[in-house]
Amino acid sequence: MKVLIPSALRSYTESAHAEASGATLAAVVTDLDRQYPGIRFRMIDEQNRIRRHIRFFVNGEQVRELAEPVGAGEELIIVQALSGG
Amino acid sequence: MAVGKNTATPKPDHTLLLVATRKGAWLYHGDPARATWRADGPHFLGHIVSHVVLDPRDGRTLLAAAKTGHLGPTIFRSTDLGRSWQEAAQPPAFATVAAGGRAVDHSFWLTPGHADEAEVWYAGTSPQGLFRSADGGVTWAPFSSINEDPQYRKWMGTVQDGTPDGPKLHSIIVDPRDAAHLYFAMSGGGVHESTDGGESFAPIVDGLEVVEGFDRKDIAFHDPHCVRLCPSNPDRLYQQNHCGIYRLDRPSRQWLRIGKNMPQQVGDVGFPLVLHPRDADTAWVFPMDATEVWPRTSPDGKPAVYATRDAGATWQRLDAGLPAGEAWWTVKRQAMTADRYDPLGLYFGTTSGELWASRDEGKEWRCIARHLPEIYAVEAAEPA
Repeated sequence: MKVLIPSALRSYTESAHAEASGATLAAVVTDLDRQYPGIRFRMIDEQNRIRRHIRFFVNGEQVRELAEPVGAGEELIIVQALSGG
Repeated sequence: MAVGKNTATPKPDHTLLLVATRKGAWLYHGDPARATWRADGPHFLGHIVSHVVLDPRDGRTLLAAAKTGHLGPTIFRSTDLGRSWQEAAQPPAFATVAAGGRAVDHSFWLTPGHADEAEVWYAGTSPQGLFRSADGGVTWAPFSSINEDPQYRKWMGTVQDGTPDGPKLHSIIVDPRDAAHLYFAMSGGGVHESTDGGESFAPIVDGLEVVEGFDRKDIAFHDPHCVRLCPSNPDRLYQQNHCGIYRLDRPSRQWLRIGKNMPQQVGDVGFPLVLHPRDADTAWVFPMDATEVWPRTSPDGKPAVYATRDAGATWQRLDAGLPAGEAWWTVKRQAMTADRYDPLGLYFGTTSGELWASRDEGKEWRCIARHLPEIYAVEAAEPA
C-alpha cells in the first residue's frame, strides 16, 4: 500500500512517499521498519502502543488499533498530531 | 590520592563544550586559551536533546539522547565529533509485557562505562529505568533487575511523583577503581549503590532529609537532584538534593548536610553540582529559589555560583561578571560542568539559553553564547 510519511520521519525514508505491505496496520508498520530501520519505535512504543502524538489514517479514516486489517489498495497516511497549538 | 588517568592535568589545546537544549544540540570548540569559541550547530534542530556526552576512552565517539515532541526517544551516535550521526539500532526500551508495561519517554542521562570496559555505556531514562550498552551505544538493553523489581517500582512511584517533565533516573556513577561498583539516583526515589556490577542495588539515603511531613524512611520520598563522585577520592560523594547539599565519605552510609553552612537567605537548594577533578574538598553549586511555590529561579533574581574549598565547611559567592540583578533564570542538573585544566574552567548553561564560562575556577564569568533554546545539559570534553 502507499504510505504518506510525515516530515518528522522523512529522515528515515528520504521521501514523502513509501510503499509497504501487510494485512494489518501492525504488519505494514513492521514492513516500513524493515525498509527503514528504527522508524517503528519513533511511532510505536515498546508496549505496542501508538505514541501519543502519532495518528494513522487509512483511506481517510483514523485507525486506532495496530491489529486493524488494511487492504493492499488502500492508502496509509501517517500524521503528526496537532498538539501544542 | 591519585586514582586512574582522569586525575592528570591535561593541556588545554582543544576544549569542546557539548550543549544539549530543548531544541537541538550545539558543540562549542574552544581555542587553547579558552578565550574564543566556535559554534558548531544546531544538530538535530527541533529535537529535545537531554544529554550529549563524549566518550573519554576514545575522545571521538559522541552519544546524544534525543526525542521530538511527536516522535519516540532515541540515541544518536557519532564517531567523527558530530560531522555525521547514526541512530542507535536498538534504543533504550523497557521489556514488553502483557499489560501495564512502561514505555521510555526519553533517555535523560548518559554515562560512559569504566575505562577498562571500552564499549560500555549506561543510560538513565524517564520514567525511571537503567539501561546498558555493551557495543558503544548501538544497542541497549535493560540493566539489572531494578526496572521491573516490585520494590524499586514502588520507590519510583508514578509519573506524578517526579519532576514536571517526568521522573528521572540520573547520576549514574562508575567507581574508577572498580567497574562493578555503581551508583545511581532517582528524582524521586533515592540514591542507590551496587557492589556486584548491577546484579543488585540497595538504597543509601541515611542522613538525607525529605520534604516536611513525609517519612524519610520511605525511599520514594527522597529526591536527589545530582550526585557526583570525586575523581581524586572515589570514597567521597557530594549531592545536591531537593532538601539540601550533602557529602558522604565512604565507607560511612551517613550523608552529612554541608548546605547548612550556606548563607541562610540563599539556601542550599539547586540542581547542579560540580566537583574539582584533583581536589576532593572543592565543589561548586548553583542555588535557586526554593521558597513558597518553588520559582526555580536565581534567588532574588541575582544568579551566583557558590564554591566550597573545605568540603562544605564554608562557602564563597562567585558572581563577578554575572548579572547583578533582574536575571530570572537558573541552571538545570546536567547544565553545569568543569574542564580538567589548571586553572580549571567552569561552564554552565541557563534555562534562558545563555552559555557562561569562567577560566579561573569561578572568579570571573563571561557569557560566551546567548539566544540558544533552554539549555538542558553542558559537558566539557577533550577530543582526541
